Amino acid sequence: MAIEIVQPSGVGLSKIAVSETHGENSPYFAGWKAYDENPYHEKDNPSGVIQMGLAENQVSFDLLEKYLESNQEAASWGKKVSGFKENALFQDYHGLLSFRKAMASFMEKVRGGKAKFDPERVVLTAGATAANELLTFILADPGDALLIPTPYYPGFDRDLRWRTGVEIVPIHCESSNNFQITPEALESAYDHATSMNMKVRGVLITNPSNPLGATVQRKVLEEILDFVTRKNIHLVSDEIYSGSVFHSHEFISIAEILESRNHQDSERCHIVYSLSKDLGLPGFRVGTVYSYNDQVVTTARRMSSFTLISSQTQLLLATMLSDSEFTEKYIEINRERLRKRYETIVDGLKRAGIECLKGNAGLFCWMNLSPYLSENTKSGELEIWKTIMEEVRLNISPGSSCRCSEAGWFRVCFANMSEETLEVALLRLHEFMDTRRRERNMLSVL
Amino acid sequence: MTQTGHRRIQNSGLEDESREQSSQSSTTGMRLIVPLQGIVQGRGGLILGSVIPCAMFYFLQFYLKRRRSPPNPPQEQTSNPPSPTDSSSNLTELSRSASRSNLLLSRGSIVRPHVSARVHSIAKANDSPYYIGLDRASADPYDGLNNPNGVIQLGLAENRLTLDLIENWITEKLSDSILGGGDSRGGLSVSGIATYQPFDGMMELKVAMAGFMSQVVGRTVSFDPSQIVLTSGATPAIEILCFSLADQGNAFLIPAPYYPGFDRDMKWRTGVELIPVHCRSSDNFALSIPALDQAFNQARKRGQKVRGILLSNPSNPVGNLMTRETLFSLLDFAREKNIHIISDELFAASTFGDEEFVSMAEIIDSQDADKDRVHIVYGLSKDLALPGFRVGVIYSFNESVLAVSRKMTRFSPISSPTQRLVTCMLSDTTFIKEHTERNRERLRAMYDLFLEGLKQVGIDCTKSSGGLYCWVDMSGLIRPYNEKGELDLWDKLLNVAKINATPGSACHCIEPGWFRCCFTTLDEKDIPVVIERIRGVIETCKSPS
Repeated sequence: MAIEIVQPSGVGLSKIAVSETHGENSPYFAGWKAYDENPYHEKDNPSGVIQMGLAENQVSFDLLEKYLESNQEAASWGKKVSGFKENALFQDYHGLLSFRKAMASFMEKVRGGKAKFDPERVVLTAGATAANELLTFILADPGDALLIPTPYYPGFDRDLRWRTGVEIVPIHCESSNNFQITPEALESAYDHATSMNMKVRGVLITNPSNPLGATVQRKVLEEILDFVTRKNIHLVSDEIYSGSVFHSHEFISIAEILESRNHQDSERCHIVYSLSKDLGLPGFRVGTVYSYNDQVVTTARRMSSFTLISSQTQLLLATMLSDSEFTEKYIEINRERLRKRYETIVDGLKRAGIECLKGNAGLFCWMNLSPYLSENTKSGELEIWKTIMEEVRLNISPGSSCRCSEAGWFRVCFANMSEETLEVALLRLHEFMDTRRRERNMLSVL
Repeated sequence: MTQTGHRRIQNSGLEDESREQSSQSSTTGMRLIVPLQGIVQGRGGLILGSVIPCAMFYFLQFYLKRRRSPPNPPQEQTSNPPSPTDSSSNLTELSRSASRSNLLLSRGSIVRPHVSARVHSIAKANDSPYYIGLDRASADPYDGLNNPNGVIQLGLAENRLTLDLIENWITEKLSDSILGGGDSRGGLSVSGIATYQPFDGMMELKVAMAGFMSQVVGRTVSFDPSQIVLTSGATPAIEILCFSLADQGNAFLIPAPYYPGFDRDMKWRTGVELIPVHCRSSDNFALSIPALDQAFNQARKRGQKVRGILLSNPSNPVGNLMTRETLFSLLDFAREKNIHIISDELFAASTFGDEEFVSMAEIIDSQDADKDRVHIVYGLSKDLALPGFRVGVIYSFNESVLAVSRKMTRFSPISSPTQRLVTCMLSDTTFIKEHTERNRERLRAMYDLFLEGLKQVGIDCTKSSGGLYCWVDMSGLIRPYNEKGELDLWDKLLNVAKINATPGSACHCIEPGWFRCCFTTLDEKDIPVVIERIRGVIETCKSPS
């Protein structure tokens, strides 16, 4: 259902309201609509559209359910130190201390204890979406710029720009070096922004990367940190997929780099985290801004009044996340299951003749269909995307929505469905590629 | 509010200059100050001859650095962390006025990365009595047994009178489960709520909320679930409407006195202005249309574009209800000026008087032409005593506004376990009916007791019929009869009598001496204590000083 902004003849709306910056008319969202209209269901609609555009983690859901069933106390009001009444009245923007402690501890576990987190620096928001917007409001003014490496999460165009008036200037990354960020690309983006008379306020990276599904190398993190220090700007590290790395030693958090540098200059660094991906609880809306900058912490906390997490949810999760035995086991099993899924999809795609970027994290793979484009352009990419959506009935995300500078790359999510559904999707893709190759061969023979 | 250990920052972020990490060096400040001292102290001759050029040179540097962009930060770092000195306080003055540039750089000083202009006003210490009082009361809360000399909280519009009913309901209906499922497994299930939900709220909750609002807000008119957008509290609901209806620099007219939080909620990030329309005690603080008109015209003369009116009905802090006539007149006014109306009806079910609450929804019911300009804000923080759960509503008759709000609320959605629990609660219409009635009764009882107590010490209130507070007239006690006198009394009440009440000036009341006193955080037995303490203050006010 298209959302039309109809201007009533009478009273007008704001510029923000009528702008298109919410971005919901892009192909990224068009695919979702196709899915909404004809969703796949194993029994009821086996020929429907399979949703592979939603980065949701459903592989470890059973672990959560099992925990709650065997820990009834964790999920009840009565036994808590602060019972129902106190909880119902609690709207302090500092957040429940027990929950902040639990979040800090969980973040440490996800990083294998390689970095320490202070609960006093944890600012709670209703989701990472809100956390990213909040930081943008704090670090930049309307018209200022944030540098973001491409390809990036399509939602950033809306989340970071819409209400804040801040601009995104891309840091172009290329497949020739696996889309890693280079110092040259950083400088080039900075200069480009400056030439357009925009003040650059910071660099925002996603580590592990969405949509690449790969962690940022230590060397690259050091270079980025040096760059932002040289330019005296901020660094936001969105680490919401940090618990989804297949092998824990492969993820380096900016927190570790800062600790290794004795926190010199760390007040320009801020981490965004959330339980939506790693814990598979996107419905709960739990995000956090973790900042090494006192002024940012104070401001973020006060601004979080617009996006507080329900005290009920904080209470429930405080107990669960403080349970070390549960969280360690969960993190380990979750990693393992994601790794297996990744291997399944990458192997399946390979057999269909499709290569992917070598990934090691996340809920998706970065697939390369550029050899199969009719023309190596954005319209060539959108053409094949449309075909895949309509004929193969898979909703995947085109690289152009992620501002990728090279055509033909696609993000394919694999964790939001059952293993059976994944097999169905791979089968469909396999058949499609076979047909395509046969057609090509026939054409080349003629 | 829970006390959460030490607060990290009490003061302006700029005072962080004294903290352990990077900070401007104090040496630069000294270099500026010393030559100036020479001029100021009038040492003449040779010294002046060299000092004045130096000073001018420094000012020139300062001026040039402001013009240059982007400024280049130093390559080195100072080896000595700077310590707070007098000169560095001058530095902070200069920095504040030229917040954007890395001025006063010289070799060896570390400069912090720039933050948004709005940070300085947000991060600085709360200087409003509204916030100061709240902090003091939560730091030293009164407890009849354990802390009888603590601060009695009358500054927080929180309703504790019916929490026992809600607690019982949860125990019975949900087997005490936080997840609030109420299904066969006793609600210990995350299925159905763990995954992504529509950001503007689950349909089941919209339906239940529409039902609830039809009962307590609409009364004679019903609410349509498809016109509801759910938000994490009324705070983001108001902000979303401001973002949608007004551009930066535009204004909303707002009857004063008004809820102090609006200054923050509506302005911080949206850049919208608030223009108070002053109400008077002679009118029982009712809104007068001529005053509204005058405020509108004055704004126009100033070149300020007014986009709408924000009402709160029942009013906060006064507690009066808008009459049907006034609401119709307001709609006429809005139509004439072609502006919006945001009706904040957060206290709709918290009425206890003889007057009837009338929602804007009822007024608009028969007026198709003007539907596009009316938007209602609601939530469960007051009427259902669940402020911690963060449940707010935008209810609009304007499809475009709804479309925008649905997208914007992705930044402020309601947590799914809460949606589930609240859906259960609101769907239990028997419970809701009983709760609404009990709530009204208890509010009435407490209000009567409180009013009676105040009367005994010779203090009056406006006649109010709604809200969780009364609007108390202490103008007879203040000396002089102005804001300073009022703040002196506030201070006495807070620090001597240990009562936190919100002074009218924090609510932008044009008449001094009025205070908002919330009575719903009290037990009946606390009221005599409050009255005695007030009596004590009255005596000190009346005695010749």
